[in-house]
Amino acid sequence: LAHGAGGKATHTLIEAVFLEAFRNPMLEPLEDGAVADGLAFTTDAFVVTPLFFPGGDIGDLAVNGTVNDLAMCGARPRYLSAGFILEEGFPVADLRRVAASMAEAARAAGVWIVTGDTKVVERGKADGCYVTTSGIGTLDRPVRLSAASARPGDAVIVSGPIGEHGITVMLARGELDIEADLRSDTAPLNTLVDVLLDACGGADGDGSGDGGAVRCLRDATRGGVATVVNEIAEASRVAVVLDEDAVPVRPAVRGACELLGIDPLYVACEGRMVAVVAGDSADAALAALRSHPLGSEAAVIGRINDDPPGLVLLRTSFGGTRIVDLLVGDPLPRIC
Amino acid sequence: MGTGRARARIRVRIRVEGIVQGVGFRPHVHSLARALGLSGWVGNDDRGVFIEAEGEPGDVARFQEDLRDQAPPLAAIHRVTATAIPACGDRGFRIAASRGGTRRFTFVPPDVATCDDCLAELFDPADRRHRHPFVNCTNCGPRFTVIRDLPYDRLATTMAGFAMCGECEREYLDPSGRRFHAQPICCPACGPVLRLLDGGLRGEGSPAHGPDAGRPGHGHASAPGLCARNGSYAHGPDLRTRNGSHLRGPDPRTPDGDGSHPGRPGAGPDGGADPIAAAVEVLRAGGVLAVKGLGGYHLAVDATDEEATRTLRSRKHREDRPFAVMVPDLSAARALCELDAEGERLLTGPQRPIVLLPRRPGAAVAGAVAPGDRRLGLMLPYTPIHHLLAAELARPYVLTSGNLSDEPIAHRDGDALSRLAGVADAFLTHDRPIHVRADDSVLLTVRGRTVPLRRSRGYAPEPLRLSPPARRAVLACGAELKSTFCLARQGHAFVSPHIGDLENYETLRSFTEGIEHLRHLLGITPALVAHDLHPEYLSTKYALDLEVPGSVELTGVQHHHAHIASCLADNQETGPVIGVAFDGLGYGTDGTIWGGEFLVADLVGFTRAGRLAPVPMPGGAAAIRQPWRMAASHLRAAYGDTLPGDLPVRARHGSRWDEVVAVAGAGTNSPLTSSAGRLFDAVAAILGLRDTVTYEGQAAVALEQCADPAEQGAYSASTVTEGSLVTIQAADLVRAVVEDTRAGAAPALVAARFHNGLAASAARVCARLGEDTGLGTVALSGGVFQNRLLLERLVAALRLRGLRVLTHRAVPPNDGGISFGQAAVAAARDTL
Ligand SMILES: [Fe+3]
Ligand SMILES: [Mg+2]
Ligand SMILES: [Zn+2]
Ligand SMILES: [Zn+2]
Repeated sequence: LAHGAGGKATHTLIEAVFLEAFRNPMLEPLEDGAVADGLAFTTDAFVVTPLFFPGGDIGDLAVNGTVNDLAMCGARPRYLSAGFILEEGFPVADLRRVAASMAEAARAAGVWIVTGDTKVVERGKADGCYVTTSGIGTLDRPVRLSAASARPGDAVIVSGPIGEHGITVMLARGELDIEADLRSDTAPLNTLVDVLLDACGGADGDGSGDGGAVRCLRDATRGGVATVVNEIAEASRVAVVLDEDAVPVRPAVRGACELLGIDPLYVACEGRMVAVVAGDSADAALAALRSHPLGSEAAVIGRINDDPPGLVLLRTSFGGTRIVDLLVGDPLPRIC
Repeated sequence: MGTGRARARIRVRIRVEGIVQGVGFRPHVHSLARALGLSGWVGNDDRGVFIEAEGEPGDVARFQEDLRDQAPPLAAIHRVTATAIPACGDRGFRIAASRGGTRRFTFVPPDVATCDDCLAELFDPADRRHRHPFVNCTNCGPRFTVIRDLPYDRLATTMAGFAMCGECEREYLDPSGRRFHAQPICCPACGPVLRLLDGGLRGEGSPAHGPDAGRPGHGHASAPGLCARNGSYAHGPDLRTRNGSHLRGPDPRTPDGDGSHPGRPGAGPDGGADPIAAAVEVLRAGGVLAVKGLGGYHLAVDATDEEATRTLRSRKHREDRPFAVMVPDLSAARALCELDAEGERLLTGPQRPIVLLPRRPGAAVAGAVAPGDRRLGLMLPYTPIHHLLAAELARPYVLTSGNLSDEPIAHRDGDALSRLAGVADAFLTHDRPIHVRADDSVLLTVRGRTVPLRRSRGYAPEPLRLSPPARRAVLACGAELKSTFCLARQGHAFVSPHIGDLENYETLRSFTEGIEHLRHLLGITPALVAHDLHPEYLSTKYALDLEVPGSVELTGVQHHHAHIASCLADNQETGPVIGVAFDGLGYGTDGTIWGGEFLVADLVGFTRAGRLAPVPMPGGAAAIRQPWRMAASHLRAAYGDTLPGDLPVRARHGSRWDEVVAVAGAGTNSPLTSSAGRLFDAVAAILGLRDTVTYEGQAAVALEQCADPAEQGAYSASTVTEGSLVTIQAADLVRAVVEDTRAGAAPALVAARFHNGLAASAARVCARLGEDTGLGTVALSGGVFQNRLLLERLVAALRLRGLRVLTHRAVPPNDGGISFGQAAVAAARDTL
């Protein structure tokens, strides 16, 4: 596998356009947030249809998303900004609802929304309401977590059952007429990260291995766990080997995924993270995560191998080894 | 000798290119030259065979003619060039040493089934190779699967570690014999050692175990292996290889090197038993036997033993896909299947493929061998080991690839022993490494013509003609399932053996390593890389990853264009033609999924002139595994809300039906497809033949098998034309299927009328395109044309309309042929 499946083929728009235009050492690693001078900084734009869905809405999604990106850097989330693009005619009542849930989410995560901006565009130029949040966190711990830090022998842990957010939103669009007992998993993960780092410590990023056991944290948002572990495999030049039977998926999600023909590994979560920790600390990490309500169903789902670098493999229930590749676009059947 | 006579002598330097190595070509040249009293020499180099021949002009001319006209059976001469050089008056004709070199213009010979001469020796008690499991000669034996490098010489094969005994060496050096420079030559005194190893499944409820099962004093870890260099006696305690290295057992941690040898250190002798007899005991007792073949390990069970066949299915995780059966000889084949002359020719040919044949009613094979299939895949023995097994067992035995479910066939010893540890009760193995994996080839005959379904062992990597020739060297990366790759240089296209489904990591590795190996052997450095347009095919991603600026030029080839191009190239034509590409799925230029296409195409490009009406695939790939979803989608398209509620296919799925219809309506993960294969799936589900499948094409095969070939009735489908695109209204066919069924028509008639109707509609569209374009030739390709009934009906209907029809000859109509088509397109585009 001189070239590996992925690599050039999976150059995203981000790399092709923005990394090229903005190139600088802080952007280069393409982590969830940038880290410098004791601060972590991140931004995220939120578009979701529908705006309101079981378990959440675009408001708490926008707050939790940015809080989580900061938490994944090992930072303590502090201050958020919020930008709104509203379509002319967007109901004020809905806007109030969004604002209220943002306030509630900020309170729950212990952050302040300290600045913002609002623009209204003509009807048809936007779909209701878009929200952009940016956030600043402080690096209170001497950790440097990175997707490039995974090493052979490490364990891959997911903090809870996957795919609930993505499937909930898909069903909430109402086109499928399917009843399912599902709620979005949207949640702030900062206190869960605290518990984990308190128990195991975080890598210091100098590659010496004398830091803590947690190498990398990623929230499994767009593209789901599959995309996150592919990014880790690529950045660390390691193989991620997942165990199909070990991946926690709630029956309702599994059922909907089966109906829709979707692999839960690719479905977005908004309150789940993937942690790569040193193999000998896997039990401690798991115990720590499970002590927190958001991590009660955490599970080791795989491990890091040295070969084949850059690829994610899934050991299937049958004992086969399937490649879990980074998708270039929407999943399309490949079978002829 | 007078000076006048000496002056009359002329000398020529001749170069012969083609498949001329490993096929007894040099001894053949030697005997031709001697017969004419010529002097000079013949030798191998990396471009083929070189000759210098000197003698009277008439004799030299005659020699050159004979060279062209009387090639040995396995040789394929592509080019002979000669230049005159000064005579030197040498005496005698000799065989020169091989010359290495940096340019590689030779070919890699495919593996060849044991020849009649070797077979006679194998069963001749007076012969020194009586029951020798590795008997071979220049006319037969392993080739591609043991070749590590070229030129083809023993040291460049996996026989390098075996030193020839004095007698073998004499044969090897005797130009008059059948074993002159037979690179894998060996005998009981010097060759590889056959042995039977315990599979370690004891105590797990398997019906049979190794021959030593239950013998006191042998724990699992110290189970003895039986071994013999000669199938008729046990060899004793020496479990070392020729080169002295210790043999290693089925330890999963064993590094899987090419040179690793199976066996168990310290295993004791097992007096009297011989591995073939013991292996046959395993089969007779209902056990699963792993057998090391030419291109990998197979799994064998007694094909008449229902229980054993079921055990094999469950251990291998292979639910329904038919198993191939090896029969001792043609008469045994005739007892199981109906055989025509073409079938006999294929079965007994040197390639020894699996031939899919109509099963005789009451054929004595277990039902679990090929459940629900009226055909049986038969093959005859092609290695001495198979011959010995077949002779001793005297019954047909299942011989299926040694793997689990979708994995590639195991070919390295350590890997096979660990991967098949839970499957096989015993391993019949040996220490001649397999360098390259090659699955068995599979063919079908349709009215005396061959339809290749899988081109692999025995055929690959023999080159196919490429016209127009490749100006620059080409690598074509193929598709995703049934994957092959193709390397092309000048007028030759080298299609790899069958590789399999790339989504499996082991298969992807086989693909990337296979490309490197064949590239190296052939000395081809591709300048052009052709690939499918599907962005998620791992072969596409592989190709895109090769594009380092200035290194290679990429060319994307639409899937169905590649199908039609493969059919054109298979017939050495360049088009333009009307191409009918009916298959499962392929990525279309409009981002939807195609598969029921009418293209006006030549090798360079195409326009889409017609299609089947597209419908959503509810749940994407889930709709492939569950044909009833395609039924839901096609019925939704045909009836909307007016679908009869009591339709059995609907009733079978309860509330799930409405959910799937809603998914199709919402378009959630439901790409549009015009696939013909999916239409077959839908009809199979409507008829209640298959709601779900465990392997690709299963529902379509069921529909074909169900159809009554005597039925001539046909459903009709209307067409609509928008701009220059003709659409066949598949909904008309679907409604006809439903209404006919509700009116009480038997499934056999409905299935046949559907086949006939689709063929008639396709022929009508072709005729119309013929009128519009003035083209008179139709090329048929795509996996759906593995369907014999549809193929026969469509060919007949097209001919009736005065159209000329091209079908496949050497490469399969399915995705195994895509790489060849891509290579043809890339080469043709490069001439522009
Ligand atoms: Fe195809
Ligand atoms: Mg994010
Ligand atoms: Zn022979
Ligand atoms: Zn010998």
